[in-house]
Amino acid sequence: MPANDGRDLQRPSPDALLTQAQGEQRGRLKIFLGAAPGVGKTYEMLSVSRRKRLEGIDVVVGVVETHGRIETEKQLDGLEVIPRREEIHQGRTLFEMDLDAILKRQPKIVLVDELAHNNTPGSRHPKRYQDVQEICAAGIDVYTTLNIQHVASLNDVVASITRVRVRETVPDSILEQADEIELIDLTPDDLMQRLREGKVYHGEAAERALDHYFTPSNLTALRELALRRTAQRVDEQLRQQRRVQGIDEVWAASERVLVCINESPGAESLVRYAKRVADRLGASWTAVYLETERSRQLSETQRDSVAQTLRLAEHLGADTLTLPGERIADDVLRICREHNVTQVIVSKSRRSRLFEWLHGSVVDELVRKSGNITVQVFAESNSAAQRTAASAPIDKAQFSIAWGEPGDYLATAFWVALATLIGIAIDRTAGMANVSLIILPAVVFSATRYGLLPSLFGAIMSSLCYNYFMLPPLYTFTIGDPDNVLAFFAFIAVAFLISHLTARTRVQAQFAREQSRTTAELLNFSRRLAGLRKLDELMELTAAQVAQMLHVEVVLLMPVQGRLKLRASMPVITSLDEADLAAASWCLEKNRPTGRGSDTLPGARRLFLPLHNGNNGLAVIGVRHSDDEARLEPGKRRLLDALSDLAVIAFERIRLARDVDQAKMLAETEKLRTALLTSISHDLRTPLASILGSITSLRSYSKLYDADTREELLATAQDETERMSRFVNNLLDMTRLDSGALAPRLEACDLHDLVGSALNRVKKLLAQHKISVHIPQDMPMLMLDFMLMEQVLVNLLDNAAKYAAPDTAIEVSAQIHRYALTLEVRDEGPGIPEQDVLRIFDPFFRVQQADRKTAGTGLGLAVCRGFIQAMGGRISAGNRRDRSGAAFTIEFPSKIIAKTPASVETSV
Amino acid sequence: MTLGTGRILVVDDEPAIRRLLRTTLQAHDYEIVEANSAATALSMQRESNPDAIILDLGLPDRDGLEVIAEIRQSSAVPILILSSRDDERGKVAALDAGADDYITKPFGAEELLARIRTALRHRLQQQGSRPRYECDGLIVDLVRRIVTRDGADLRLSPKEYALLEQLVLHSGKVLTHKHLQKAAWPAEADMDIQYLRIYIRQLRGKIERTPEQPTLLMTEPGVGYRLKSS
Repeated sequence: MPANDGRDLQRPSPDALLTQAQGEQRGRLKIFLGAAPGVGKTYEMLSVSRRKRLEGIDVVVGVVETHGRIETEKQLDGLEVIPRREEIHQGRTLFEMDLDAILKRQPKIVLVDELAHNNTPGSRHPKRYQDVQEICAAGIDVYTTLNIQHVASLNDVVASITRVRVRETVPDSILEQADEIELIDLTPDDLMQRLREGKVYHGEAAERALDHYFTPSNLTALRELALRRTAQRVDEQLRQQRRVQGIDEVWAASERVLVCINESPGAESLVRYAKRVADRLGASWTAVYLETERSRQLSETQRDSVAQTLRLAEHLGADTLTLPGERIADDVLRICREHNVTQVIVSKSRRSRLFEWLHGSVVDELVRKSGNITVQVFAESNSAAQRTAASAPIDKAQFSIAWGEPGDYLATAFWVALATLIGIAIDRTAGMANVSLIILPAVVFSATRYGLLPSLFGAIMSSLCYNYFMLPPLYTFTIGDPDNVLAFFAFIAVAFLISHLTARTRVQAQFAREQSRTTAELLNFSRRLAGLRKLDELMELTAAQVAQMLHVEVVLLMPVQGRLKLRASMPVITSLDEADLAAASWCLEKNRPTGRGSDTLPGARRLFLPLHNGNNGLAVIGVRHSDDEARLEPGKRRLLDALSDLAVIAFERIRLARDVDQAKMLAETEKLRTALLTSISHDLRTPLASILGSITSLRSYSKLYDADTREELLATAQDETERMSRFVNNLLDMTRLDSGALAPRLEACDLHDLVGSALNRVKKLLAQHKISVHIPQDMPMLMLDFMLMEQVLVNLLDNAAKYAAPDTAIEVSAQIHRYALTLEVRDEGPGIPEQDVLRIFDPFFRVQQADRKTAGTGLGLAVCRGFIQAMGGRISAGNRRDRSGAAFTIEFPSKIIAKTPASVETSV
Repeated sequence: MTLGTGRILVVDDEPAIRRLLRTTLQAHDYEIVEANSAATALSMQRESNPDAIILDLGLPDRDGLEVIAEIRQSSAVPILILSSRDDERGKVAALDAGADDYITKPFGAEELLARIRTALRHRLQQQGSRPRYECDGLIVDLVRRIVTRDGADLRLSPKEYALLEQLVLHSGKVLTHKHLQKAAWPAEADMDIQYLRIYIRQLRGKIERTPEQPTLLMTEPGVGYRLKSS
């Protein structure tokens, strides 16, 4: 943290406050730390819990191992124990802590013994401390126990003290996450006494322990470690406290440590060492891996080792960087300056003197150029180096890459031979002195084409040819002239140098080509993403792209109504097994990598990574190497991250666009609903007002009114009731149409009959208009629903009566065409405004009329359209050409004409 | 034809409708008996022996069709159905089950009274002679089998006459398609309705002054036809 200026001295650091706030939501973690087994951690944890229980706090036991110690078992009395989960692994029944039961039980405090325990394979998390983290995240306090030898960064130290390497480790970060650490201390003498009394182990086990592990020197060393670690923790807490209170650190807070890691397995010790250094300095630290041309030649195992080391560093709280590099020392120092690093830690080179003499020692160069940066050189322990030898089998692939193909050597030989021939030809004909220059291009050429070793081979060959064919005495490998001896060696030197440099350039060019190809592909991908409008297309494109660029099998899952659904895959699969689905769900829920090669549910077949926009998980991508390789190398992982980022942006864009569309649609629906409400309230209330007004008036003042007035009022009430009745009918018809409950009953109908029936129904409304009907006498029977068709005609006539002035004509006519049949209702009103012609059949649309009170309900024509369409016809509106007036045309295909019955007696 | 007053059983579960019917009918000197369920309707029918029944099809305790069938087992009393607009099938089913006519809610008082008059008249006519029908210039003499309009003889085909005869016999009452088909084509079951429509159109062409806007032979959409009451 940079030094604050004076004004900021009292202000708490936001980071510190955030950390504290997070701590308040989470459950608190208390660790009972001991130097060795048997010091009484579990006993102490239980007795503290009993006290809490007496205070009325809800304490339950998640898991406690008493190891048959009687004193400890007694302490368990009266505490609620959550039954353990039975787990069968390789034929053995194991009892594991029931994580889900604890989360469901939601106690205030849960006791989880032995934090460093490894869970049975197939459990949700491979390690118990991960279970504990989940419990804390759920807001439950956890009491747990831990021995100092299980702390990851002390693993090597403890192993060197006790000569026993512990396999169960917990990351240092969990100690830092702990809100409280209580050291359970016991002097070595007392512990050994307890051991001898059989209070820790029984019988032989106790003796074996006394002989090997529980020696006074071991115990003293372990005790020191535990005390120091606790002291360090107390110190950290104190600092944290001061930061929260706004007290800046007194000493330079700008320390920063950089550790350079390599592919050797000893790198893990290096990282742990760096962590301790950084902790001591109170500094933040960074682990960096430089990808050089050498990285390309690493075996898969070595690449894996690099990835693992980087993960360990991340685990221990470091920032990690993987950067391309060329000259290691310069690159490291450049990074140091960019990141204000004050200390660099590198490991001692294990290369030979000769190699260093030829290439220069990176360490020497670093020290020479480092200026004010401290350089620490870490010595790998012998055991680590030995493990390196044991655990890194010789990788044939590595050599096949370096040695090149036999064909390359043949080709090189060919080019050298050709160049020599040309050289000889020139030498013999022109007698030039410097023909050696003719041969060199062959070496350069093979270096660019075939790499280092073939070109070195070419260099040797060409020098031999040079000597044999061109240096006198010819056709021998001896050299006569001392001048030529010098020229010969100069030739060799130049040949080697050129082959080396060119090969190196070639590798870098290849590197650059790959980089630019990757960049181009990413660019292309982002371009294609930009054109997408559908989520499914996005999913498929992303899956295909990831599969192609990473050479892996890909699945993409998205939550649909709370459940993850497979949305795209490459190659195509239709379902995932349970383990993979569980891992994917977990991944989305916790926003963390899950599955194969990760910390959680490593039993799954794929590695799942979340696609998220900061806070929300959007989807999950699952990858799997076709050859079942467990991990993704850092390079591929970075590429995957880049691809995911692009996909997420596209995802967001598509979702946003969809949201906007939805909002628009919702607004439309809302508008329609408002129109419906307005219409209903208007069309029901208006007639009701007239009816109620007329009737109450009649009831109260009947005697005051003359016969005409009474008749007028009664007529109003009746007309308005009928109007309301028509509206309700239309509303019901509309509902029938909307609900899809309309099933027309088609039967042979006589159009004359239909029109007559409709006219009869609207007789009263049309009383003031002149009606004319023109239907051909030979009009055949039509397959229609009589009721629906009649209603259509009624509505059209009603509409005409409303808009056309009294005493004008309303005309109903029908015509038979070759392929169709049309029915027209025409009036002599003002016609339909041009802009409304298309919208007139929309529900609740009304033509705006300035001065007329008989506005339509906006439903009649919508019902017409619905009914006509249900019967297989079309309806359209327009204006008359011959004069002003509206014309509604109904068109039916001629197939609605009923088949004429065989015989009809038409007259007597 | 003058009609004596009669006793009418009103069956409806809506008090408002019963009130309306009671007020209107009592004003026209009918005696009213009321029932609000199928069960009371059936016992009332036995006890008070009404001259006509107005029956709502949607009763809470039983299906109206069952009520009609049960009444028909013991009585030929005219039954008028109260039904809703969209229930053509219900109307036809009720008519087939033995109801005499129907009134669609909402209805006007004129229409209601006309239906009741028709129903009561047909009850009186049950044992009477073949009537002579006269309305708007159309005269049908069923005894002499003569049809004239505005004094001019009309020549009808046998089928047309058969249809007209049925309509005249039940003038003012609705006749279902099925009823008319049975009368005109007694030998054929399940006739295409198209034939009926064609004959009705031809009949209209002869008896109506303006066949496009008939005033005598009215269409009851989805149910059948009705000849205007004389």
